[in-house]
Amino acid sequence: MRKFWLKIQYTKWFNITKDGLFKENPIVVAVLGICSALAVTNRVENAIAMGLAVTFVVTASSLVVSMVRKVIPARVRMITYMVIISAFVIMVQMFLEAYFPVIAAALGAYLGLIVTNCIVMGRAEAFAVKNPMKYTFFDGIANSLGYTWILIAVAIVREALAFGTILNFRVMPETWVNWTVMALAPGGFFVLGLIIWGVREWAQNFEVAAE
Amino acid sequence: MINLIEVFIESVLSRNIALIFILGMCPLIAISTNVKNARGMGLAVIFVVFLTAIINYPIYLLLEATGTERLSILVFIITIATTVQFLEIFIEKVSPRMYNNFGLFLPLITVNCVVLAVSQFFVNRSYNFAETATFSLGAGIGWALAIILIAAIREKMEHHSSVPRGLAGRGIVFIVMGILSLAFIGFTGLSFF
Repeated sequence: MRKFWLKIQYTKWFNITKDGLFKENPIVVAVLGICSALAVTNRVENAIAMGLAVTFVVTASSLVVSMVRKVIPARVRMITYMVIISAFVIMVQMFLEAYFPVIAAALGAYLGLIVTNCIVMGRAEAFAVKNPMKYTFFDGIANSLGYTWILIAVAIVREALAFGTILNFRVMPETWVNWTVMALAPGGFFVLGLIIWGVREWAQNFEVAAE
Repeated sequence: MINLIEVFIESVLSRNIALIFILGMCPLIAISTNVKNARGMGLAVIFVVFLTAIINYPIYLLLEATGTERLSILVFIITIATTVQFLEIFIEKVSPRMYNNFGLFLPLITVNCVVLAVSQFFVNRSYNFAETATFSLGAGIGWALAIILIAAIREKMEHHSSVPRGLAGRGIVFIVMGILSLAFIGFTGLSFF
């Protein structure tokens, strides 16, 4: 069992997954895709829906980009990615509107804005265009799950403080006074800033050299 | 006319697209390290947001008439990419000085969500043409205001304050933006008439 585990640790796909989730987490380390990470995280259910939507779009579009990477001329690659990505975003939008209209309404314009989410474009440009499909698949999943877990973490803190609930279950005592500013934009900025601080301190990954 | 002034003030201050709607964060964090670059990026955004919104408005009417408004995101993003590319070539030819000031930032703008968001907001809020033009101008100015404010604060912070190392660099920008955002919420309910 131990031998098996050691063997796994040296495979390429395991390292790709680990990097995406922790070491090179798109939000905490690369600071990409912040707009939706802050705008939709005032409720946990919105964060989960957004995370799943981004997971689908990143994985599917990276796979397609990886598939056609040899036939895209370098000069028009950006616009090609854009067309591929927006096709998948429109699919997600139609799916959510048909089956989960409440969540689609809550996400509003931010659902369509997945097109310009830097993570999607970043993965296509940094990884998918250079790698075969099987690795691209793991990379897409790992990065978007890395994005999703930060989103959910931010949403748990914000929903608990702003409404006293998590996924609509009451977690705060009845006497809790709702902290309305947490549901607004400043709450998002502060909570994400503190989470980034915490994760970087824990991972000992700093932008400046220690003195 | 009074309505237009209200739309303008609202989009610059109380519904600032960067600090209240939290859009265009990637370039805002990446380019706000000094005021000069922030100003270039801000100008480029004002220009492109205004231009693409007034181009996208008639296109949306056309899509609506043919019943294909589902495709609006796809069409908008193509319009934006084309406009930006065209603008870059045009500015480079016409005025090299202007190109040095903000032309360098143009290619980055295609992936700035502010541009696409403005096109989506005029659809969602069913603005007419005059309101769309005013709103897009205000949104661009609001974004530029935010990036210049943040860049100025960051420049000062670099020399005069010690930031904890876990927050240094891009982390502290979130705290700065949070405080600025609180200040901009203070503009809510502002009315002149």
